[in-house]
Amino acid sequence: MRMILRRIGLYALTAWVAVTVNFVLPRLMPGNPVQTLIGKLTGQVTPNEIRAIRLSFGMGFHEGLLAQYGTYLNQLAHGNLGISITLGAPVSSILRESVPWTVGLIGVSTVLSFLIGTFSGAILGWTRGSRFDSLIPTATFFQAIPYFFLGTVMLLIFGSNLHWFPVLGAYSANVTPGWNWAFVGSVIRYGELPVISIVLSSVAGWMLGMRNMMITMIGEDFVLMAVAKGLPRRKVIWHAARSAVLPSIANLSLAIGLVVSGALLVELVFNYPGVGDLLLQAVLNEDYPLIQGIFLVITFTVLAANLLADLVYLGLDPRTRSEAAV
Amino acid sequence: MKTLRLPRSPKVLLGLGIVGFFIIMTVVGPWLAPDNPSSTAFPALLGPSAHHWLGTTSLGQDIFSQLLVGARATMVVALVAGLVATLLSMVIGVSAGYLGGVSDDGLSLLSNVFLAIPGLPLLIVIDSYLPVTSRSNEFVIGLIISLTGWAWGARVLRAQTMSLRNRDFVEAARIIGESRRRIMFTEIAPNLLPVLASSLLFTVLYSIGAYVTLAYIGLTSTAVWNWGTMLYWAQANNAPLSNEWYWFVPPGTCIALVGTGLALLNFGIDEFINPRLRAGGLSSRQRRSLGLPRRTRLGLTPVLRPRAPRGAPRRNVVSS
Repeated sequence: MRMILRRIGLYALTAWVAVTVNFVLPRLMPGNPVQTLIGKLTGQVTPNEIRAIRLSFGMGFHEGLLAQYGTYLNQLAHGNLGISITLGAPVSSILRESVPWTVGLIGVSTVLSFLIGTFSGAILGWTRGSRFDSLIPTATFFQAIPYFFLGTVMLLIFGSNLHWFPVLGAYSANVTPGWNWAFVGSVIRYGELPVISIVLSSVAGWMLGMRNMMITMIGEDFVLMAVAKGLPRRKVIWHAARSAVLPSIANLSLAIGLVVSGALLVELVFNYPGVGDLLLQAVLNEDYPLIQGIFLVITFTVLAANLLADLVYLGLDPRTRSEAAV
Repeated sequence: MKTLRLPRSPKVLLGLGIVGFFIIMTVVGPWLAPDNPSSTAFPALLGPSAHHWLGTTSLGQDIFSQLLVGARATMVVALVAGLVATLLSMVIGVSAGYLGGVSDDGLSLLSNVFLAIPGLPLLIVIDSYLPVTSRSNEFVIGLIISLTGWAWGARVLRAQTMSLRNRDFVEAARIIGESRRRIMFTEIAPNLLPVLASSLLFTVLYSIGAYVTLAYIGLTSTAVWNWGTMLYWAQANNAPLSNEWYWFVPPGTCIALVGTGLALLNFGIDEFINPRLRAGGLSSRQRRSLGLPRRTRLGLTPVLRPRAPRGAPRRNVVSS
């Protein structure tokens, strides 16, 4: 329990840091980019919208820094992330449409990649020294490829040349979005290639980590004991793997951030209508309110996923329940 | 140096070879480039040929020259970021591990916060506020990348320092009355060398990825040639969908190769720290010639003895 409280404290602090970075950055940079931006916008959008943008940066009135910070936090607490400059709509409602796509895509691929990687890592660790070891350099190579590049190559080979998978977008133009089979089927079909490329890029990390832990576990007495008792091999592997997987799960909360960072760009390659694609548009158009909103939403989502991973770990490893280890 | 002798497994040698090749490319690449990478003098979208080994872009620029020139910026940023981040992680990790108490709590909290924030989005936010002149400066970009990449190393180094802190030789130095700074940097730090090297490789790997990604989404100056900007232009001109593989496959492959080389070297360091991982480094042919069983058996550590002279009975394997 104490551990969970400490983790929640850490994540709350992290969230606060992210929020504050958003407040401080525009004021730190030479030439105050937001001021310049607002200057550029005058005449293009209504004074009301400019006021909303200024408010969301805490720059509403001529006040001291502390009061500006107060305004900014207050706006944030009410869910006001400002108004996107290029799209002309509130940032929060734009994000509400694209976040589910990203969460679905990255969530499914992370879970898949964790399961596949851990399973194959356990086998690799068990059969250390066999010909399966030649998989390791290959896996390392895949791990070193940037996610977006692997996605691009997959798109080229399997999408536009072999036509095995539909490309570009998240569902076919012929179906109406909603809870019907045609739509869900189309979403799954269009999601296959992005999911495969994210899994391929991220699976090696889980695999290598699990392999190394498995090798360390095999040297432990309890595994030798299990062999000595004459348990069938499958049971011994399961026995060792159950303990070996704990560090992987403990690392899950750290790895999520990295995976999300890489996977965002895969969306961009496949024109997937998620946050990654939005982020590119925002960066190209210097749409600061949108960039900041996306940063906050990604950070909060990753923190929530971290907390979930911590809870799973707590449920699986009884040692953490008694000791207050973080 | 004897303390860092890497195991001579084929993996490590391959890694050394790859990394060495790209370091040479970084140094001499821009001189070897046959053409000015920005010159638009050639016909557009030529396929690979004897004149243009990797063809030309849609603006008629020579892709091979871009690849050679781009190596330098990519590697310089990665190296700057890797070195600064490792330095940061060493100072923070070692101090946290050695000092303990409140300083440890504070510094650990700091690194945990940086670990929890997703790095790339933070990088994008910071970078998007940079003035355009700074975006073309490799050192500024490198510094910013290092800010988001030090936390992991700090965590590992802190754990390692804590395990060293109460060893006898550190106690002895403390009793002699050596200063804290001296103990941290001359007694403890040398023993962290393998961990430090591994963390340097890891951060360089991360930095290449981060820099290329920033360039790919157009957040560094597009006037500076690096492998990321090449991918940016290829994507912007729809090369992946129109089958112009020679435009974007070479830079992507180079990035992946450098990363593989660094990761393979890291295996060597891992095997150095944890010798249990090492037995896997023998190929099955080596095993047979040494008379080892094909597979290591549970709980038994193979011991290698020098080979007996020819004709003598083969008793060179002892299992304990």
